[in-house]
Order: sequence, then C-alpha cells, then structure tokens
Amino acid sequence: MNRIKQLFETKKNILSIYYTAGYPNLGDTIQIAEALEKSGADMLEIGFPYSDPVADGPVIQASSKQSLDQGMTLKLLFEQLKDLRKNVTIPVLLMGYVNPVLQFGVENFCKACAEVDVDGCIVPDLPMVEYEEFYKGCFEEHNLSNVFLITPQTADERIQKIDGLTNGFIYLLSSSATTGKNLEVGNTTETYFSRIKNMNLKNPTMIGFGISDKQTFDKACAYANGAIIGTAFVKAIADGNLEESVSNFMKKFK
Amino acid sequence: MKYKVNEKGYYGDFGGAYIPEMLYPNVEELRQNYLKIIADPDFQKEFHQLLKDYVGRPSPLYLAKRYSERYGANIFLKREDLNHTGAHKINNTIGQILLAEKLGKKRIIAETGAGQHGVATATVCALRNLECVIYMGEVDIERQAPNVARMKMLGAKVVPASSGSKTLKDATNEAMRDWINNPVDTHYIIGSVVGPHPYPDMVAIFQSIISEETKKQLLEQTGSDQPDYVLACVGGGSNAMGMFYHFMDDENVKLIAVEAAGKGVSSGFSAATTYLGKEGVLHGSRSILMQTPDGQVVEPHSVSAGLDYPGIGPQHAHLFKTGRGKYVSITDEESLEAGLLCTKLEGIIPAIESAHALAYLEKMEFKGGENVVICLSGRGDKDLDTYIKYFNL
Repeated sequence: MNRIKQLFETKKNILSIYYTAGYPNLGDTIQIAEALEKSGADMLEIGFPYSDPVADGPVIQASSKQSLDQGMTLKLLFEQLKDLRKNVTIPVLLMGYVNPVLQFGVENFCKACAEVDVDGCIVPDLPMVEYEEFYKGCFEEHNLSNVFLITPQTADERIQKIDGLTNGFIYLLSSSATTGKNLEVGNTTETYFSRIKNMNLKNPTMIGFGISDKQTFDKACAYANGAIIGTAFVKAIADGNLEESVSNFMKKFK
Repeated sequence: MKYKVNEKGYYGDFGGAYIPEMLYPNVEELRQNYLKIIADPDFQKEFHQLLKDYVGRPSPLYLAKRYSERYGANIFLKREDLNHTGAHKINNTIGQILLAEKLGKKRIIAETGAGQHGVATATVCALRNLECVIYMGEVDIERQAPNVARMKMLGAKVVPASSGSKTLKDATNEAMRDWINNPVDTHYIIGSVVGPHPYPDMVAIFQSIISEETKKQLLEQTGSDQPDYVLACVGGGSNAMGMFYHFMDDENVKLIAVEAAGKGVSSGFSAATTYLGKEGVLHGSRSILMQTPDGQVVEPHSVSAGLDYPGIGPQHAHLFKTGRGKYVSITDEESLEAGLLCTKLEGIIPAIESAHALAYLEKMEFKGGENVVICLSGRGDKDLDTYIKYFNL
C-alpha cells in the first residue's frame, strides 16, 4: 500500500517537513531525511531546486540558489536518493517546478521516482488540465500520488475536481501567498478552513504556508489532518551542526 | 487564423497557463473576460480615442529614401518611436489599464527591463489615477537611471528585484510574487507577449494596431497592403507580434524576427533564444527558452536591455517552429553600427532594440523594388550613454 495512504489512515496531526535538496551542503539530502525521521517527522517533502521559483519567498529561493550553485540537478538528486530507503520509512514526496521535470522527461522522472521509492510529487506550476491529459497515466503507473494546492480563492467546483484527480492529500494554502509568510488565523481563514472541512473531501488535507511553531501547527491541526513546515525549517538548518539543528527544531513540536 | 491562439490557450505546441494555484483565480478572471471586454464598443471607443489623442496615433509609415537608395528596395519605417513615452509599449498599457478598470482593480503592478514598459505603465496609472508598483532588476535600475526617475516622477513606486540575475527575468518573478500575495485588487500589466494565457494573446491584440495601421498606410502609399518583407526585433516579442499580427495569414509576406546575438551566439553572452534555446516552461507558458540540460534558466546577454530576456512569447515559438517566421540574430556591435547609420542617413536615433531589426538589412539581398517594412519600435534617447561610450562621441 502507498505509504501516504497508510499514514493518513493510522495517524492524526501529521507533521510534514519541507526542505531543499542539496542545502546547506550538496551532500546533506539523505542525512536530513534520516535525522527528520529519527526526531519524529511523519512525512517529508524534498524540494528539487529551480532557478525561477515564483511561488516561493526569499528563504526558499535562497536555499534553491545555493543548492544549484553547489551543483544540484535532478539527475544528481536521484543518485543521492538511491540510499533513501536504507533508513527512511516514512512517506517522501518530491516538490519542484515543472520545467526541470520536462527536461528530465516525464516518463523518466516517474520511473526514477519509483526506483528510489518516492511516494508522490508536488509540482505547483503544473496545471490540472495538463496533468490529466499528459501526466496522470504515467504517475499512476508508477504508483505516485500527485498533490494539488488550493487557496482561499479556489472555487468549490474546482476543489471537487482536484479531489477527484488526486489520491494522496490536498495541500491547503493558508492564504494566497508566497512561502514564508506567517499564519494568521483570523475570521476569514477560519471560514475558509471550515468550508473545506465541511466539503467532506475524499482526500485528507494538510495545511501549509505560514506554519512555523507549535502554536500555529496546533491551530492548523484543528482544521486539517496535519500541517507542512518549510521556510521555518530551512532557516533553522542554515548553519551549525545538522543533526542538532534538526533535533532542536523538531523538539518544539513535541 | 492558423497562427492565432486556440480555445485551450495554445499556439500549436506552445502557450498554456503553467501557473501555481495562487495565480489561478486572477488569470482565470482575465481569461473569461478579456475578449468580451475588448470587443465592447465602449471599450473600443475609449481605447482608440486615447491612442489618437494621447499616444498620437496613427504613427507614420515613413518611406526612408536614403535607406531605400542604399539597399535598392523600398524601406518603410513604422514610426512607433514617435508614440508618447517613446516606444510601442504604450499601446499595450493603454489597453490593459482600461481593462483593469473594467475588472474593478485598484492597484497596478508591472515588471520592466529597460524601463520603457515601466514608464508606459506608470504613465497610464498617472492618467487614470491608479496606484502603481514597478518591479525592476537592481542591475537595470543602475543602468537605466533616467527611466527610474521618470517612473518616480509619474508617481510609481519602483521596487528593486534583488534575486537571481537582478534583471528583467527576476523583475518578472517578483511581479508574479506580488500578484500571488495580492490576489484580489491587483492587475498585473505584463509588458510583452509572454506569460500565461491569455496574456500573450491579449498583448498581441493591443499591439496589433501597429500592423492594422501599416496595412492601410501601405495600401495608400504603394497600392497594395502586402509588403514583401516585415521585420522587427524580438526580446519577448511584443513589437514584433504587433507588426506581424495582420500579416501572419498573408503567406506571401515574409516575416523576419531579429533576436539579440549579444557578443555572438556562441560567446556565452547572448540572448538569441531560438538559436540557443529549447522547449520548456518559463513565466507561465510553454515556449522556447535558454536553459541548462537540467532545465535551469540561463542568464541572457544583450547590449539592449529590452532584448535581454531568456525566452520568447509562445506565439513566436509557434511561428518559428512552423517556419512561418524567419528568426535571425544580430550582435551588439552590428546593432550599434546600425543605430548610428540610421541616425546619419535618416536623422532618426533609434532605440538599440529597434537597431537590431535595422541591422539585418545589411544581410539581406534585394532584387530591386521590393517593399520592406521595419518596425522602428522605440527611440534612442534612453540609449545615448551606450551610443556615446561605444562611439566615443
């Protein structure tokens, strides 16, 4: 069974961590994954960097640039991920923009994901219509979940369509914003989260963007199956001992 | 109509809307409304009134006598340089600001490279009293100081883009990020025929006034509305698309698009996208772009800030791939020499962008008597420093 599905069936308040592959050092990708599982992360999103990440704020942009400058490519990432399943058992998704995937080749990309035993992908700038027509078959053939994003501005009808098209979880953006903004749960956000909750979607939901500490994590968990932390984590591992930084960061959520 | 956009937002293999969900409602709102709004008689009336009284259209189609003698063909210059603000960019910003008003938007954002589109946007924002924020690469802010001053004087806030190469591509990224963070009240005026559908089509429609006028003027001056050649420079490609638009279906009219070779196509300092690029996705559409084998966007180079862009609009990619358009390139040096030649022969100082198109005349062979139209997309005032430095004037 797909690890993502299994996770959502057995656990509540899921904590998923995003980090950029090849950052802070090119060879850190696997070490971070292992340290995160050891200190209690439930799921991982490993970002493959892109030169023009329009949906991201300054922190993830900077980590992407550093990783690329150090020589990260999709090809290298898949080589690094050959060791992923030696010690990592939790679900792992790859997250990045569509152009590197296109150049790698969609078929090759899906195959490579399956070979390193990755469970799914998040490609924010891959449109739903394109996915349905050209990607879905290949993703499903390799047992990959494709996760879509929704925002407070996404219409109900579109959310239903996304729910029908995906089989992992739905990524709920707390507001329409680039990554790294703070979560403020005001009345409008609450109305939006409740609206989604009441739609009784077939897929579980994870809230992302703006989650940085225990308080914002708990708030998010009241409305969804869990939450995703990216920017705050990337910031926390910028320097110092990697194992320690990861474990100190994760302690905040215990 | 075989070169126009289809109902899915594609030109052959190119186009589409490769955007994160955060931009979907904005882009979808535009897609559903732009054709309806543009077709509205009130919109058309106001648009054309402003083009006439404010921009100064129609721009002349000028038979350049000394050029014609030199090349042995009838060389016509479409004088977009005579527009208010000095380039073709204003045709699009007038159209988009009226459209933004119809959509009830209160705040305008735009990206700019050389500053021409930024000035054209700040101008229409002043005209219509709308808040204006312009994103501009840090490097470009330094090398285009007079245009930065113009924008500020017009009331715009100029925000430096300090990520990546700090030029046009990064200014575009920053503008997209602003739009993501301001999803309701803001309209993004993209300055070229790039971006997610419907932008390439919308900008092309607003710029198509160039070829619409040219056809009428040619008919009056030559007795035929079909020239032998039409030339224009291409960065993202908005003046070229405006110049080609009404000639695309006239298959006997040869379309020539001139890209910036920079220091030479193989020098590593070039913006010759069709020569160096591959198919891929940048800024929301599938097109041709300069990139590494891993799909990372490569920094372009051109002496002309307006052509310093690593991609081309999807419709250009389609014209290139189908062979309908011929895509060539001109180096920094060739363009500067052509700029000086135009000044000496015709008394017109062209923008270095436009000088790329003029420079290609040197490489063409004419039997004699052909009619050739070149889009003189902008004037060279903004480029004086570059000309002065190069020629030690």
